[in-house]
Amino acid sequence: MANEVCFSTLHLDKSWALSTYQAAGGYAVWKRILKNKTSPDDIISELKTSALRGRGGAGFPTGLKWSFMPRNTPGQKYIVCNSDEGEPGTCKDRDILRYNPHALIEGMAIAGYTIGASIGYNYMRGEFYEPYDRFETALEEAYKAGILGKNIFKSGVDFDLHSHIGAGAYICGEETALLESLEGKKGLPRFKPPFPASYGLFGRPTTINNTETLASVPYILANGGKWFLELGRPNNGGSKLFSVSGHVNKPGNYEVPLGTPFAELLEMAGGVWKGKELKAVIPGGSSTPVLPAKIAMEMDMDYDSIAKAGSMLGAGSVIIMDETTCMVKTLGRLAYFYYDESCGQCTPCREGTGWLSRVVNRIEIGKGQQQDLDLLLDVAGKIGGRTICGLGDAAAMPVMSFLNHYRDEFQFHVDHKRCMV
Amino acid sequence: MRTTKLEKKPVEVVNNSDLMLISKQSYAAIDKWIAKYHPENRQAAVIPALHIVQEENGGHLTIALMDELALYLNMPTIAVYEVASFYSMFEHKPIGKHKVSICTNISCMLRGSEEIVEHLKKKFAINLGETTTDGKFTVKEVECLGACVGAPMCLIGREYHEYLTPEKIDAILEKLE
Repeated sequence: MANEVCFSTLHLDKSWALSTYQAAGGYAVWKRILKNKTSPDDIISELKTSALRGRGGAGFPTGLKWSFMPRNTPGQKYIVCNSDEGEPGTCKDRDILRYNPHALIEGMAIAGYTIGASIGYNYMRGEFYEPYDRFETALEEAYKAGILGKNIFKSGVDFDLHSHIGAGAYICGEETALLESLEGKKGLPRFKPPFPASYGLFGRPTTINNTETLASVPYILANGGKWFLELGRPNNGGSKLFSVSGHVNKPGNYEVPLGTPFAELLEMAGGVWKGKELKAVIPGGSSTPVLPAKIAMEMDMDYDSIAKAGSMLGAGSVIIMDETTCMVKTLGRLAYFYYDESCGQCTPCREGTGWLSRVVNRIEIGKGQQQDLDLLLDVAGKIGGRTICGLGDAAAMPVMSFLNHYRDEFQFHVDHKRCMV
Repeated sequence: MRTTKLEKKPVEVVNNSDLMLISKQSYAAIDKWIAKYHPENRQAAVIPALHIVQEENGGHLTIALMDELALYLNMPTIAVYEVASFYSMFEHKPIGKHKVSICTNISCMLRGSEEIVEHLKKKFAINLGETTTDGKFTVKEVECLGACVGAPMCLIGREYHEYLTPEKIDAILEKLE
């Protein structure tokens, strides 16, 4: 069982075209909702049944998030889609934008209707020229067909949807940094509370969801929350896109049910390349703790199973490393990434990520000292939990997990001034 | 808590076209972005506008261009500089005709981005972040561009190029004028 939700039209010719999407049943849910004036509570309840959890990395239950939006607040509300995909290892939203943009549009329209937002923005990263063009074309098609706009299908419901673009900043994937960026500012995360549901875009109540989350909504409402839930496992409903990258024969985006064994996913991706042995797996994107092969091979790919194995499902970005991988060098690259992308707002992250990057680097090039290993853990421990947003934790977690599982390799670098692999 | 809104001055649009560095076509494109937001929130268009201005200026921004844009978007100039210096896609000095942004993050690194970087450095005799003497290429190291399953990859102009090998990137560069 694969490709049942966001990728269900992937095999069709011009899967991104409105005609293709509609022939496959697209926009039927949106029309039904407008015709029946379905109550927002019913939609939220269906989402809760489905156990859809945020696909951007945090895994927060979507139905619950939508229910936080204030009902009786007058004035403008917004629905915002986070297509600022940039977590190393993650490239699934790009494919939704390229191959199934109408599912996202329908999902955003339904979300807007449910939370009382008549305007939506889809924030795409600036480098996504091709996905942006596809999405813009889809928007034009939808407007022309009367699917978006004012008084849609004479229902009295308005919904306007716009694209927005970034310009290269990982931090803008953090939802409040994204809002700042959308307002035309530097992407500095906001202190929370207040949460976006009460103080969001331009100070108005706002819901922000990931591309995959929103694109899943039409399928859930078409087939029922129960159908979606049963694709996966209790509390882990549905299928999920997994971006399998690194040392595999067939890297790619695979949509499989949550709860699929890791070993099966690895096999779909053609197994480890060049006949090599599996060494380590980062299961959910660069911010999630690394797992040694032995643990990974016994793990299932769902939120709870991966948490039990000691990591996180994150955005479903599975990075595969073979036996020849130097873990010191790999961590060095990740540490540099967080140093480069820290917005600089909080001292522990701004300074700490620099320390992590420099210390891992000096260990890698053979200039490390014995105390550096504990220094790394000390610095990482002082970033985590002490910053406005999650980037600090994201920078600390790889360091802790790499040292936890591969301390001997770091020790070897210190002792022998070279790599053991 | 940011609950109070600062009162904004009415927009004063520059209308002396002789003094304008940004073309009418670019302003028309910027206006399309401005129309997406409430009139009070013109500033929201600053990132797309900077992209437009940068492209028109051959790939980089200048203080004069940012100042003119600030006036148009009713923003303090410093607010435009802040945005323009925060985001990595904005350049502040002249770059080559073609910007080759090569990802070296984890998935690309695991699949040989270093080899591609070394190849380009040798081919053009430049370091990362530099421009070839003929002004044709700038090679820039970038963080994850979200195409990890096609690693190693790079962005040239508006296009992603995936599954790179030294031979493949040579062929791609050869086709560029």
